[in-house]
Amino acid sequence: MLRPIAALGRLTIRFVEEMGRILILLAEAVYWTFRPPFNIRNVFTQMEFVGVKSIFVVSLTGGFTGMVFALQSYKGFHLFGAESLVGPVVTLSITRELSPVLTSLMVTGRAGSAMAAEIGTMRVTEQIDALRAMAVNPVNHLVAPRILAGTLMTPVLTGVTDFIGIAGGYFVGVYLLGMDRVTFLGRIEDYVEPADIMHGLSKAVVFGLILSLVGCYKGMTTDGGAQGVGRSTTQAVVIASILILVSDYLFTALVF
Amino acid sequence: MIELNDVHKSFGVQHVLRGVNLRVERGRITVIMGASGGGKSVLLKHMIGLIRPDRGEVNVYGGNLAAMSEWDMAPIRKRMGILFQDAALFDSMNVAQNVAFPLLQHTRLKPREVRRIVAEKLELVGLSGVEQKMPSHLSGGMRKRVGLARAIAMDPEILLFDEPTSGLDPVLADSIDRLIVRTQSRLHVTAVVISHDVQGTFRIADRVAMLAEGTIVAEGSPEAMKQSPIPVVQRFLQGRSE
Repeated sequence: MLRPIAALGRLTIRFVEEMGRILILLAEAVYWTFRPPFNIRNVFTQMEFVGVKSIFVVSLTGGFTGMVFALQSYKGFHLFGAESLVGPVVTLSITRELSPVLTSLMVTGRAGSAMAAEIGTMRVTEQIDALRAMAVNPVNHLVAPRILAGTLMTPVLTGVTDFIGIAGGYFVGVYLLGMDRVTFLGRIEDYVEPADIMHGLSKAVVFGLILSLVGCYKGMTTDGGAQGVGRSTTQAVVIASILILVSDYLFTALVF
Repeated sequence: MIELNDVHKSFGVQHVLRGVNLRVERGRITVIMGASGGGKSVLLKHMIGLIRPDRGEVNVYGGNLAAMSEWDMAPIRKRMGILFQDAALFDSMNVAQNVAFPLLQHTRLKPREVRRIVAEKLELVGLSGVEQKMPSHLSGGMRKRVGLARAIAMDPEILLFDEPTSGLDPVLADSIDRLIVRTQSRLHVTAVVISHDVQGTFRIADRVAMLAEGTIVAEGSPEAMKQSPIPVVQRFLQGRSE
């Protein structure tokens, strides 16, 4: 009878230890963000990788999400003769919720996994040891630029997703469902406030931090060769995705 | 220059180093021999502070690395170079960028001067003209040479080699051994080489130490080691499992 309790205890201790190590890595990364040497080139390289190279995939995500949400919400609102609310509902859902979450999940799958894989490979092939042996701090050189890039670029990408998502909803609502263009846009103006957009962008900052921090942490703690790199990459995506969904609820409940 | 006093290191229940005492002489090539999995690489990594001992001292340039933070170790590490077993070249950088890396991190040299030094170091290791190649396009021997060029980019006083000839054919292994001797004599560095290659050891060593069962069981000139009465030393030199 004690065995399951002991197992739960071990799991809890491991979880708390892991969270502690992640927060220590975050503290080190913050320290090196504000302390020289500043790896400006690394930061811009990572911003290009996380941000610029994710634009296509988040645009697709936003576009199709806006389009399908317009279709689905039209079907529901049509039952009550409230089709004119499709515009604001699509916009509010996208800006406050769907855009930051889906953007972050896509960036996690693309960039977060790449961070874990690249740093993990460096770890198992002694490249991290080579950095340390050359008196270069790996957190300063590898981790801080990636976390900064993830934190800065995820809200930017979220903004892109917002725009394209709303545009997708507009396209479906006006051109496929025959809604009046002036009504569609006018209702958005009536019900959507800048604070709704800021709500989503603020969440995206937190999600960007989570996905890059988890990706870097998993990379830095990789062992076990190629299999270990694969394991770290998978865990980075799963853990970051779960943390994004959990923090999404907590953040939303806090400011509701 | 490097002195290890009663160094102990365990990984879980495995007690790898059990009181290592070793003194590395300045300006000489010291080869640490031992069986595979005996802790040689672990011992080497202690000398540059990549691993901390559970007990004991690792004195380099008079400072005990075991008691230092990464920040405090930096000035000592800048005077050292290490060639890892698989060279540990940075995959995302070409050969020139790899060799230039420590120069760009720690000096304010102009790009032209950095390029000159990179070319000089690559010529020293017999690899002129490969600056633009990526590590994935290099053979194993070339990777080790580039790794060595990077290790000597800052003109270190101490060079560490982690099994430099492992995985190489005998001809290539001999060329790497000759490169180590040539580099050491031209740069007047103190070299520590980890190896289980007996032939290679006696080709290059000024001093030989034998690591067995977690301690240095014998130490001396190559000739003295050949005459050592210690059974584990003789079994290793003769390649006998019993």
